[in-house]
Amino acid sequence: MHWLIEPGFFGSGPVHVALAVGTVVAITSAVVGVFTVTRGQSFAGHSLADIATTGGSGAFLIGINQFWGYLAFGAGAAAFMEMIGVQRRRGRDVATGVVLGAGLGLAALFLYLGTQYSSTTGASFTILFGSIFVLTSSTVPALITSALLALATVLVLARVLLLSSLSPDIAAARGVPVRAVGAVFLMALAVSVALSAVIIGAVLSTALLVGPAATALRLAKGPVRAIVTAAAIGVAAVWLGILLAYDSFYWPPAGRGWPVSFFVVTLIVASYLGTYLRRPDRGRAAQEAPDAEQVCSPA
Amino acid sequence: MTSDLLRLDHIGVRLGGREILRDVSFAIRPGEFTGLIGANGAGKTTLLRVILGLQPATTGQVLIDGAPRTARDSSIGYVPQKLTIEPDMPLRVRDVVSLGIDGNKFGLRLPSRARRELVSDMLTAVGAERYADARVGELSGGEQQRVMIAHALISKPRLLLLDEPLANLDISSEQGVVSVLARLARAEHVAVLLSAHDMNPLMPVMDRIVYVAGGRVAVGSTDEVVQPEVLSRLYGRHVDVIRVHGRVLVVAAPEGLDDSAAAAEDEGATAVRRVG
Repeated sequence: MHWLIEPGFFGSGPVHVALAVGTVVAITSAVVGVFTVTRGQSFAGHSLADIATTGGSGAFLIGINQFWGYLAFGAGAAAFMEMIGVQRRRGRDVATGVVLGAGLGLAALFLYLGTQYSSTTGASFTILFGSIFVLTSSTVPALITSALLALATVLVLARVLLLSSLSPDIAAARGVPVRAVGAVFLMALAVSVALSAVIIGAVLSTALLVGPAATALRLAKGPVRAIVTAAAIGVAAVWLGILLAYDSFYWPPAGRGWPVSFFVVTLIVASYLGTYLRRPDRGRAAQEAPDAEQVCSPA
Repeated sequence: MTSDLLRLDHIGVRLGGREILRDVSFAIRPGEFTGLIGANGAGKTTLLRVILGLQPATTGQVLIDGAPRTARDSSIGYVPQKLTIEPDMPLRVRDVVSLGIDGNKFGLRLPSRARRELVSDMLTAVGAERYADARVGELSGGEQQRVMIAHALISKPRLLLLDEPLANLDISSEQGVVSVLARLARAEHVAVLLSAHDMNPLMPVMDRIVYVAGGRVAVGSTDEVVQPEVLSRLYGRHVDVIRVHGRVLVVAAPEGLDDSAAAAEDEGATAVRRVG
């Protein structure tokens, strides 16, 4: 196994923390992601990630941990999008688009100012692309608590979210407070985005949210299997990403590990593309077979 | 009076300054099959939404068992118009029907054998057992209608509302859906209120008809309502009722050739060339 797991991997403190936090965040993101994709809110998730960038860079500027910046701005943006009509499909696109432009502009300013006034190099990189190996141990309990809260919230809402995705009217007619449920879900989404931002960076956090979910929705038909599959893919990508990043310390340029985010995102994209290599369903294959013969036949 | 399952009392709805429905009153008794017939845009969907509590009425009230309807009334099942279900939505047919039991509840539940059997029985009852494990977004329109009917009926409602369930179905799926509905309504003693722009597929099964035009309704048996005098009064202009090959066509005279054109001014009645 030495070719895969470099010596010292399991003895490293930062690796332990990274694996623990990474696992919890990957599961939360994947589960929240399944509902995000099902509700057609991937774009809202991505917008929250952009706004979280602003929060993270602002937090860096005033010298507090980025997670609180991600969380505060993500939650604020979620509340704002909800307020200006994120429920209606069209309003949703416009609302998210407007909020998003303003946020990234501010992020540019904060990062610029932050790097002017501080000698910390690589801060921009950390905010944009993550820093799982340098997690401050004091934030770890907060990370894990918020992940479990978001996960629990979405599981409690699971059936109601599915019914609302099937038809908001049916849900409303059966007494579901559709609007409030949507708002609570959006908050869970904001928390989940903030957590992913800590792991793989604000800019890439949607990958951990949407990627495993999108892959799982191509593999599993029912809701329970889709959720379990997404969580498994998320956890696998994060573990393998951490492992490869640790190994990459010995890769060129030797002495500097490659970013974890690169590995995690690449693995997620690979798993998604991998689903397209699967053999088509039997039904579809049977339909396609005669066509293929006709095309090949010289007559 | 008290035997009415549903009673609409002088319902009026204004939306954005426009009068959609005016003084609509009718009642449905347990187990009755009622067709809510009218052209597109006549206000059928609005009327169903008022009954469901999704749209507040400007005037009048909706009574269920003689009492004003409550927000969370489990005695009404609902199949909405044209669901757009993406093929990647992670819901198999049996998941959708299962959501009909308790999709409005919070928290998780454990799988149970009794529940699984209940769902399978319901799918068999609507003739959808063949595709029980398919994703609902991958089904045809007629198949989805059967699944949504199963979804609505599994909670044992006493009234089932369906909004244009026959729209965009081919003739054989149309007949299939109508016969499933008629059979289940009788077997389970469920009252059905079904909206349609074409009354003909419903003729064999309708006990009563609620005909909507110009924001008002005419109510009665099909023989009572589908008469030139009744419908002309409703449309506010002269219409003919033509019976041909066992089908009913409601035909309006062209504008200008119409004796009662003056009456039409009154209601801003929907200009109807042909209904059904």
